[in-house]
Amino acid sequence: MMNSAPTVASHIPQRARHGRQWRAVGWTRPLLIGAALVSTAVSLLWTAVSGFEQPRVALAFGVLVALGEFARITLPGGREAAPIATASAMSYAFLFTIIGDPVSLPSPQVVAVVAVGMGLGELPHILVGRHPQWGDLARRFLNIAVTTLLFRPLIGHIDLDGPLWWLSLLLMAAIVVVVWLADSVAAAAIRADRMRTRFGVTLRDEMRAQVAIGMAVGASAILMALSVHVMGLTTLLVFTAPLLVTQVAFRRFAQIRRTYLQTVRALSRVTEVGGYVEAGHSRRVSRLAQGIGRELGMSESTLLELEYAALMHDIGQLSLRDPIPSGATVLASPREQRSIAELGAAIIRETGVLDGVAELVRRQCEPYLGDGEAGPPPLGSRIIKVANAFDDLVGGSTDQERVDAVLQRLRMDTGHEYDPVVVEALATVLQRPDFDWRSG
Amino acid sequence: MRALPVAARLYVGLVALGAATAILLGVFLGPITEVDLGTLLLLAILFVIAESIATMVDSGKTGISPASAASLAAVVLVGPVGAAIVGIASGLVIRRQNLVKRLFNGAQFVIAGYASGTVFQLLGGRMGVPEPEMFPWILLPFTGAVLTFSLCNTLLMAGLMWSLGELRLKRPRHMRWRPLATLELSSIGYAMLGLFIAAIWGAVGPFAVLLVLLPLFIARWAFDQYVFQQRAHEATLATLCQAVETKDYYTRGHCMRVAKAAAMIAEELGMSAERVQTMRYAGMLHDIGKLGVPTKILQKAGKLTEEEYAAIQLHPMRGYEIVREIDFLDEALAGILHHHERIDGGGYPKGLAGEDIPEAARLVSVADVFDCLTSTRSYRKAWSTEAAIAELRRCAGTQFDPRMVEALVRAVEREGWEVPDLVEPVEDACEPCTAQPVGASEAAPETVPTGAAQTAADGDTQTDTNLTVGVVEETTG
Repeated sequence: MMNSAPTVASHIPQRARHGRQWRAVGWTRPLLIGAALVSTAVSLLWTAVSGFEQPRVALAFGVLVALGEFARITLPGGREAAPIATASAMSYAFLFTIIGDPVSLPSPQVVAVVAVGMGLGELPHILVGRHPQWGDLARRFLNIAVTTLLFRPLIGHIDLDGPLWWLSLLLMAAIVVVVWLADSVAAAAIRADRMRTRFGVTLRDEMRAQVAIGMAVGASAILMALSVHVMGLTTLLVFTAPLLVTQVAFRRFAQIRRTYLQTVRALSRVTEVGGYVEAGHSRRVSRLAQGIGRELGMSESTLLELEYAALMHDIGQLSLRDPIPSGATVLASPREQRSIAELGAAIIRETGVLDGVAELVRRQCEPYLGDGEAGPPPLGSRIIKVANAFDDLVGGSTDQERVDAVLQRLRMDTGHEYDPVVVEALATVLQRPDFDWRSG
Repeated sequence: MRALPVAARLYVGLVALGAATAILLGVFLGPITEVDLGTLLLLAILFVIAESIATMVDSGKTGISPASAASLAAVVLVGPVGAAIVGIASGLVIRRQNLVKRLFNGAQFVIAGYASGTVFQLLGGRMGVPEPEMFPWILLPFTGAVLTFSLCNTLLMAGLMWSLGELRLKRPRHMRWRPLATLELSSIGYAMLGLFIAAIWGAVGPFAVLLVLLPLFIARWAFDQYVFQQRAHEATLATLCQAVETKDYYTRGHCMRVAKAAAMIAEELGMSAERVQTMRYAGMLHDIGKLGVPTKILQKAGKLTEEEYAAIQLHPMRGYEIVREIDFLDEALAGILHHHERIDGGGYPKGLAGEDIPEAARLVSVADVFDCLTSTRSYRKAWSTEAAIAELRRCAGTQFDPRMVEALVRAVEREGWEVPDLVEPVEDACEPCTAQPVGASEAAPETVPTGAAQTAADGDTQTDTNLTVGVVEETTG
């Protein structure tokens, strides 16, 4: 009840922010979606004109693709994936014989079947309002289109019963790898646009995030094509089983990651409820820190660590007997700041799993060049120091003049206290029209 | 390495003897000559690799291994004797394991392989790479083989557990069927893949195993990540809860003990594993809102004024506000919000009565007061477990739900209750996180006056004083 007023108030700017975000998206995403739409239209048209080959096979794969798409999952980092749909669509593209009978399968038909299957699989989601991430959907579809275009023209050379059977296997594996690389590049480009960060960083993030599931999908796709070659269509279902297990594992993993973040976000508020810091302080610092971190090209895993550290940076205050006035640590004595940081780090270290986070929290109040033999504190600590000071000084104010004055004050202290690079990154981030660190 | 009981040694010896007999029988009676030695060797190598990687990827907790797929592929490709010989290879798996365990594992795979191979052939399966025209009828003998394999493993394993004295016959209600069923199903799933390894063996040879097992290894890796994250989450949750208590020396460990008691009651009531977990969370987080109550009120020694009491009454609401965004808490949220309600309607914050109080709240309330009574407070010694139980029973029906009280009594009678020791804070053995509250006073003597917390009565019982009317006065006065 006491929160209802701010919720209503924050609703409107949030919607406005979405509008702006749409404009912030770069050219990669529309390009991919456009390419997907065009190739769907072309392949459907082509198939409609030139007729349909082996409808039973197409139906089997189409149904599998639809089911897989329906059961899509979200990987950590908000990445959408549909391992079963991708693997079955890829194996349809790889199909060369069914128990020895050669398959005549024009490339456009493969693309058309996959397009229809994916569309049908998404339909229930769209009907209940769970829209897919269109960029990811387009990527999934284009992966298949590229696989088809690379493999189908070479189909005449595939011979698994001859002495050079391993070459055929190698060809499939190579295509899987090439497609995976191209997909990572596309995903990284979309992400770099959306997150306002560097392409090189997102490319590494994407490759790291997709390598495991990509291998599983690729191996399953080849396996399914082979099993149809040996045993016919009935075995298709069996080989989706390992993938189903994989999918369940990844889904749970993504779930617990979300839960973890939720827990830390919620519990970081204990300092606010306890009156140690101002309401929303931890989340604002976390949002500012992430913005700065992205601007400085931090990778996804470091950003996550930074987010945890920023959320819990004031947790050491729990050990204080009485809250410091208004909770602004920037106004506390250096000695006090130091002990809050140490206490907070000690609490976090107790978990036994967040040592990196504890280290960031421990060194959050050191001057940017360091003050001891330990050398300068890690970048994450320097970012938290700046973000914390900024939020403490600005408070909840929306006054642009105050923001500028605070930035000016931080700049004046860059000789010793604050890292000038971090302060400038903060200034850049704050200038963005779509960056709102106060609400959400 | 602790010594194995004699019974277990005897049992392992018997199983090994059985395995040896199976192989000898097979070699002398069976058509060993038909077995393709190259295939046999490759299968054995693949088996060892699969099992070794599985052990490396997984910490070995799940007990199922993709190697059973290789074993079942051997059943089809090289028959019962071949499968038995491939089973021996499990003794060579690279992992830290003592000889007796290796012997038992090897023997287990030999017997299971031989038995399932025999069943496969009895049901009409033929040895060798399956031909396309054999599908789908080959599924029948193969399913028989898989079931036999699974049954053999389960029986042999159960026998070992029994001889080790770790398997007690439980009342069926207390048996955890779901994890067992999941384990069995997944191992059967792995084993089913054996047929398909065998089928594409003709086309791509040993690559078949790689292609089939790669997704499974990745799945295991992901599960491992999941388990790790889950533990990390648990540990973080527990640590943050305890951090909230650091201020007050006397309530240290309270949240973890209440979590334990809540879980004990939930189990006693026969709740599902997930609900038991939810009740644990409710117990762990029930007082998180205490942080919003000024310390001086919580630690006030004398009688509380109207306003101070009102401030204390806010804590369930505050706690609820903190954690309500955490999705998985689910039912636990109600437990946190209502844990100070009374059955007769005299509690807070809503003054609910009887069945209107959510089950989780009735449960946590009993667990909470039980721990309060059995732990030492600044102004009184801890009560004995018996005295606390007697008190809970006295207040059952007015303050507590009698069903919850009786469940707690039964659980404590069965499992015992470790009374916290103030000199050396007790860590709950059942908790994954053995974290101790941070020694704030050691870390920063200048900010936290040592022992400040000890001078005053603690807020926790203060609140309860008003609830268990008369009881505390009796002991303090």
